[in-house]
Amino acid sequence: MSDNGPIWARLAGLTPARIGLGRAGSGMPTREVLRFGLDHAQARDAVHTPLDADELLGKITDLGFTALPVASQAPDRATYLRRPDLGRRLAAEDYAVLKDRAGPFDLAIVIADGLSARAVHENAVPVLAAFKPYAETAGWALSPVVVARQARVALGDAIGGALDARAVAVLIGERPGLSSPDSLGIYLTFGPRVGRSDAERNCISNVRAAGLTPDRAAFKLNWLLGCALHLGLTGVTLKDESDRVAIAGCEAPPLPERPGTPA
Amino acid sequence: MAYRHVVGPRTHAFADLAALMAKATPIRSGDRLAGVAAESAEENAAARWCLAEVPLAEILARPLIPYERDDVTRLILDTHDAGAFAEIRHLTVGDFREVLLTASSETLARIAPGITPEIAAAVSKIMRNQDLISVARKCRVVTRFRNTIGLPGTLAVRLQPNHPTDDPKGITAAILDGLALGCGDAVIGINPASDSVQAIGDLLQLLDAVIRRHAIPTQACVLTHVTTTLAAMEQGLPVDLVFQSIAGTEKANASFGVTLSLLKEAHEAALALKRGPRGDNCMYFETGQGSALSADAHHGIDQQTLEARAYAVARVFRPLLVNTVVGFIGPEYLYDGKEIIRAGLEDHFCGKLMGVPLGVDVCYTNHAEADQDDMDTLLTLLGAAGCTYIMGVPGADDVMLNYQSTSFHDSLYLREVLGLKRAPEFEMWLQEIGLTDGAGALIQGAETPLLTAAPDLAA
Repeated sequence: MSDNGPIWARLAGLTPARIGLGRAGSGMPTREVLRFGLDHAQARDAVHTPLDADELLGKITDLGFTALPVASQAPDRATYLRRPDLGRRLAAEDYAVLKDRAGPFDLAIVIADGLSARAVHENAVPVLAAFKPYAETAGWALSPVVVARQARVALGDAIGGALDARAVAVLIGERPGLSSPDSLGIYLTFGPRVGRSDAERNCISNVRAAGLTPDRAAFKLNWLLGCALHLGLTGVTLKDESDRVAIAGCEAPPLPERPGTPA
Repeated sequence: MAYRHVVGPRTHAFADLAALMAKATPIRSGDRLAGVAAESAEENAAARWCLAEVPLAEILARPLIPYERDDVTRLILDTHDAGAFAEIRHLTVGDFREVLLTASSETLARIAPGITPEIAAAVSKIMRNQDLISVARKCRVVTRFRNTIGLPGTLAVRLQPNHPTDDPKGITAAILDGLALGCGDAVIGINPASDSVQAIGDLLQLLDAVIRRHAIPTQACVLTHVTTTLAAMEQGLPVDLVFQSIAGTEKANASFGVTLSLLKEAHEAALALKRGPRGDNCMYFETGQGSALSADAHHGIDQQTLEARAYAVARVFRPLLVNTVVGFIGPEYLYDGKEIIRAGLEDHFCGKLMGVPLGVDVCYTNHAEADQDDMDTLLTLLGAAGCTYIMGVPGADDVMLNYQSTSFHDSLYLREVLGLKRAPEFEMWLQEIGLTDGAGALIQGAETPLLTAAPDLAA
């Protein structure tokens, strides 16, 4: 297809999809086979690299937070992948530890490995650092930052409940895509307790250098938390309109007119 | 009624038919997650021995979900063809496997309306992969809309030109890429990022324009919720195929926001448009093992049997295309390449045995223990099994849905090694526009007229 090289180059600029790859017989050119293999390898490593909890706890402490490690009931990654239910449950001994440190607090922040420890290693501390001044300005009472291993989003419900926090923010490695192995998600849930549904959360996704920057993510989290604490809810009825807000520390928006749709 | 099987000093007991079928299922993570899987390898094997002795008539007489409680059960029993079943009603599951291995294509077509999903699932559980392939290969399910899908010796491809923001130029570029690689005879089908009727309408117009401009003998589909497609049809938008994800229980379908009557309404609306010159198969369904469990709607039944029940839902609407999205749902349902490969072959077999035009989205996610080599294996096996169609995704990387499927190149590979042709009308079109030679092989550099005839993409 060499004659059409310029046309393909222009078409390829119109989409992130892998088009105009050329071919070798029925197969892909070597370059493309290797590129795909590298992207898949990075996504796989993101899933299977263990969370470096010690280093993370140190960096969190350096920011001036207190920090606590916990684990879910999934003992290892293979179990974690097969049994999402275990990743949503707190290890029994950790429940007692959290109960000892219970608030009341306005917010519990949980940093969880989820499906990409890499996303956490690269993005969680920058989000936390960017969020700190917002929390100080607002005067929110923050619980110790909890670092959770083999964790699903809903583990935050158990943690937030045990700590007696009004809301929980779970910073968690998202399911890695072929071109986004480093994507962090932030899930905010008002009134955390075991049994909350995903429709009762707000999500800030694609937090990474090439996506939503940690500074922007912290800004959104601050906006959503302000609204959540004011309105007493999160979820489908709370729409993220932070992009329309010029300054941080917004007034809570009026309740949306549309009824929420189930997730 | 309890079932029993004795192995040496041990008696294995199974509480009922649902438990027996679940324990007889080749092990997979989703059945373990549901708590219905066999607890030892011996129990798994014993359940197969026991299941092999169950008469087909008994399976028909003992619905896994009561008639009163589930509209899919009612549909299965109310539409059952007793005449077709008469030919096999005296058989046990084990006998049935042997009959299938020796049956002709004509026999398989004749008995298909008598085969319930539970019967198909039961026999599949005692079949090896090679049995699933050799029987499916003999099943003929031919459907028509703007071309003819499913003829012996053919394999079709859905061209899947998804874009993360539904950008029309990006989608068009991916469509041209697929056409230039000889793909798109099953359907050109977009998974939209948006679900507004306005956005869906724009995509429907785009697809209709591409198909008209190049006079392509294929059909278009925007894979949005059936209610959105109904609204689009009411607005007079060009809808070829109505899409919907479906599952094998009433409750799971409710979680998708669909009922049988809603599907019937959409089917009738699409039929009334009469847009298919070759035939009136105008529905497109997607399914996948694990969807009922993830909706907490599995009734203690194994995920493979529930998947076969979804094909019973599809069957009554005479669809053009049905595909299982076999590795999409994640490792908590199908853990690794071995489980995905087995499930893909089972789904294809059950669908074909029931007379449904089954294709397979040969795919995986990055947290499953699978890679391109596993997909090559399943793809090749499905080619041997006479799979109706596969997906064609640029470079196998779906940038909208974030998973890996099969590429346009993969279909070229399969055609080359197995000698599989495209839908005949599409094959002829490719030749007429000069993209392929008389043998259906792509001609290097021949895509220029196709590319330069896309006015919206002018530099």
